[in-house]
Amino acid sequence: MKKDIVCITCPRGCTVHVEYDKNRIIAMEGYTCKRGAEYAKNEILEPKRMVTSSVKIENAKYPVLPCKTNRPVRKDLMFDVMKEVCKIEAHAPVKQGEVLIKNVCGTDADIIATQTLEKVK
Amino acid sequence: MIKYFDLAVIGGGPAGMAAALTAYEDGVKNIVILERDDSLGGILKQCIHNGFGLHIFKEELTGPEYALRFTEKIKQTDITVMLNTMVVSATGDKTLYAVNPDYGFLTIKAKAIILAMGCRERPRGALRIPGTNTAGIFTAGTAQRFVNMEGILPGSKAVILGSGDIGLIMARRLTLEGIKVQGVYEIMSYPGGLTRNIVQCLDDFDIPLHLSTTIVSIHGKDRITGVTTAKVDANMIPIKGTEEFVECDTLLLSVGLIPENELTEQMGIKMYNMTSGAYVDQDLETDADGVFACGNVLHVHDLVDNVTMEGQRAASSAEEYLKKDENIKKDMPSILVKPGNGIRYVLPQHIYLKGEEEKIRIYFRSKDRYSDAVIKATADGGTIGKKKVIRLIPSEMEYVEINTKDISGISDITIEVEA
Repeated sequence: MKKDIVCITCPRGCTVHVEYDKNRIIAMEGYTCKRGAEYAKNEILEPKRMVTSSVKIENAKYPVLPCKTNRPVRKDLMFDVMKEVCKIEAHAPVKQGEVLIKNVCGTDADIIATQTLEKVK
Repeated sequence: MIKYFDLAVIGGGPAGMAAALTAYEDGVKNIVILERDDSLGGILKQCIHNGFGLHIFKEELTGPEYALRFTEKIKQTDITVMLNTMVVSATGDKTLYAVNPDYGFLTIKAKAIILAMGCRERPRGALRIPGTNTAGIFTAGTAQRFVNMEGILPGSKAVILGSGDIGLIMARRLTLEGIKVQGVYEIMSYPGGLTRNIVQCLDDFDIPLHLSTTIVSIHGKDRITGVTTAKVDANMIPIKGTEEFVECDTLLLSVGLIPENELTEQMGIKMYNMTSGAYVDQDLETDADGVFACGNVLHVHDLVDNVTMEGQRAASSAEEYLKKDENIKKDMPSILVKPGNGIRYVLPQHIYLKGEEEKIRIYFRSKDRYSDAVIKATADGGTIGKKKVIRLIPSEMEYVEINTKDISGISDITIEVEA
């Protein structure tokens, strides 16, 4: 199989042409640095993304609390992660960095709060 | 009630927070931040995606995390933070009139002022799209606040007009929340946002991006039911016969930002047409003595890191100003900086020669896209600054550095893309 990947590591935006089969890279050209080669390889073999979202929160100034995965998760699991995020409810006070879900969807990533919200009456 | 401060910062977003903190660290006493929202942080609070802070903190943070780095520090200082405080009027002698629930009407007199009011989104009215006036049309930032801070989804099927970064980010955000995004429509022949956002926000979710395409009509009676799109020609005129109906119950507009300068204009400050911000010198000082500007109120930035750095620069200039008893600049020679071939705007727009040698970064945006471009600063036919860039695009701010020793006796400097 063949695919063109636009590298997003730096503003240059090189297009990397990758030839691959199921689980290995056969050939790659068009990259101009090591990071580009690494990016294109990961994009083919195991693309990962950070997921940022929000969860419901009780007793805070706002009804939702922003959150994120503390490390990138497999791209194809993004919607599974979202489903788990939808299920939970946080309770103020919450501090930025607090773990809301441990090891979400078996990804080794935790969902953590990205905002500090005080308790309000 | 009248309150007196050495430094008043209008706006508690990234520019204002950085300015107040730097001024405090530089030794300025008696600082106030005037913020109209109920907490500091500005627009960062609703930008819950990541990608902020790579330059300043060398890591990727979300908007709220980036803001917290500053709000937590401000808490540990004796900077006065006035929340829910709207500055409603201002005069050139550095008097501000504000309202807030604690004091009612309030007068603030300051020795120096930093303008950090940010910007607003361009609304539907500025686009003159024909069609009905229905519910369901939002600026991308309004929808972002609804979803990310107020827990409200704007609809179930969305069209996004404009491919600015906020629009792209919202395309992904709405998709993750279960809203069907029909497509992003961009009148230009290239996307307005960063390439990484095209990849991560559109390509990842198979959201189509239609370039050289715009909306020519809005349909619906009470709520929007769809839009008619059309391809445009090189002069951005819709091409007959290319119209398509796209069903939606929500339309997001991501079509540009306008600095929020009502107060600046009330103060009688000279403006610069190309940025819709104040006309400033290398210290980010406006033509009103002791009034400085930074962040999106001065010119719209693409990275918050640059906003922070500009806030810090404005604060250092304000601190210098407060140390001196009189306006020493008015007798100094001033040199104009002009945008030349391929350049949309420059900042600063003029430079004072202070007698001592000074290295100055002139920031600019290009009018068009170039690859492997050479940027030149010229004065009296000679080159006084030069920079090579692999890529120059209107959505990414660049700078070229000059030295004041090269420009004495010269009346103006031109920044240009070498053809």
